[in-house]
Amino acid sequence: MKNLLILGAGTAGTMMANHLRPKLKQNQWKITIVDQFKTHYYQPGFLFLPFDTYSEDQVKKVGKKFIPKGVNYIQKKIERILPQENKVELVDEIIQYDILIIATGSKIAPEETEGLLGPLWKKDIFDFYTFEGALALRNKLREWKGGELVVHLTEMPIKCPVAPLEFSFLADSFFREKGMRDKVEITYVTPLTGAFTKPTCSTALSYLLEEKNIKMIPDFSIEMVDNEKKELVDFEGKSIPFDLLVTIPTNMGDDLIKRSGMGDELNFVPTHKHTLQSEAHENIFVIGDATNVPASKAGSVAHFQAETLTDNIILYINGYTLKEEFDGHANCFIETGHNKALLIDFNYVTEPVHGTFPFAGIGPLSLLKESVLNHWGKLAFRWIYWNMLLKGIPIPFVSRNMSFKGKIFDIKR
Amino acid sequence: MELNVAGKTINLTDDGYLTNLSQWDKEVALAIAKEEEVELTDAHFKVIEWVQTQFKNGVSLSVRGVKSSGVVDIKEFYALFPGGPLKKATRIAGIPKPQSCI
Repeated sequence: MKNLLILGAGTAGTMMANHLRPKLKQNQWKITIVDQFKTHYYQPGFLFLPFDTYSEDQVKKVGKKFIPKGVNYIQKKIERILPQENKVELVDEIIQYDILIIATGSKIAPEETEGLLGPLWKKDIFDFYTFEGALALRNKLREWKGGELVVHLTEMPIKCPVAPLEFSFLADSFFREKGMRDKVEITYVTPLTGAFTKPTCSTALSYLLEEKNIKMIPDFSIEMVDNEKKELVDFEGKSIPFDLLVTIPTNMGDDLIKRSGMGDELNFVPTHKHTLQSEAHENIFVIGDATNVPASKAGSVAHFQAETLTDNIILYINGYTLKEEFDGHANCFIETGHNKALLIDFNYVTEPVHGTFPFAGIGPLSLLKESVLNHWGKLAFRWIYWNMLLKGIPIPFVSRNMSFKGKIFDIKR
Repeated sequence: MELNVAGKTINLTDDGYLTNLSQWDKEVALAIAKEEEVELTDAHFKVIEWVQTQFKNGVSLSVRGVKSSGVVDIKEFYALFPGGPLKKATRIAGIPKPQSCI
């Protein structure tokens, strides 16, 4: 009997358990998945919690429900990976593996920025990348009377890089609907050169900030938060005052990766960007937010990776060369407020394109263009996530690699 | 866009970044630095060399990366490339600017 061990029962780990169980003979391969937490969160829903669009119950379920029969589920803390010995140390037991899949994700690390966890944390400074943070922010927004709202992104890479922008757009809608938009200044602060850094997006989408009266401050690399003055301060001494700060702190891989000495500076695991095999150990594979591959950290990316990784694990078991197949494909809805959304489709080398999705010329969804249908697509995706995606059921007509049919590459100005 | 330096034509993106690092040399760096109003010294070239090595290893430039580079500290980095050092250093070094997915 051989052992395949999956660390992390989030989006990527759960999908891998569901993909692999039917493909590996029960009498040859034991599959085990370990996660210390009981609850599985629908993380894209955290964007909607602060605005009271989703309730708590819509974004969480018991994780075990999504683990298939025939997979051994252990809810315990993982202490350390011992890659030289093919072992993983849990809090009170040691598991031997033949193949290891690391799917331990990424998390916010507010402690990385001086002053962020000071007296104003969860009083006037919030994150919405955690369930608790999004709820605390919801409670604040219910009673907030207005002022300077600063939406701030600390450093790249972050999970779901479009979320802070979506948050700004939804905030504009939210305050308009509450009849208090005139009492709120919204400022979007980024260390990058702008809200949109790719030429196709900047051409097609820059109007959004102007239309929604959102001020943008680029090239701002934060050094610290001054809690007394209520200001963000950068390394050049520039400062930005706020009444309410919604920040995306530094994102890092799990501490487990650091404890195991397997990560880069941000605790992400060096991973081959086309095969998803770890760079250091041939029987270790990495998927989702835990990797250092230059794809977006997003559920759709994990979904496309899972299909390639499943094939590669079967190839590896049978002694074949791995497919260098994963192309960095991502497909994301971007909420723009007022019940509209955009849809973007891109990969490692191709910028988001215009066109229709998933059918060439037909759609029904349009790429890189606002539509009401895209918004409904985003909301419908919550059902797809719980009922299809996690269970490894293929989403019809959506392929792992980016398709170029029906897409337009030269943008008219 | 294109840039002409000492008889060579260098391909640039619409926002002025090199599309191919192999077209980069010191003269190109000096020409772009002039546009960015940066006067290049040996200290700048040390940083540029480090930035290019990082890029070749698939690491995009970040303030965190600079902090642990051992080549320059953050205050010096800002002093060398004032007003947006990430975008200026990458442009002069001939590599893409740090990007997001859109």
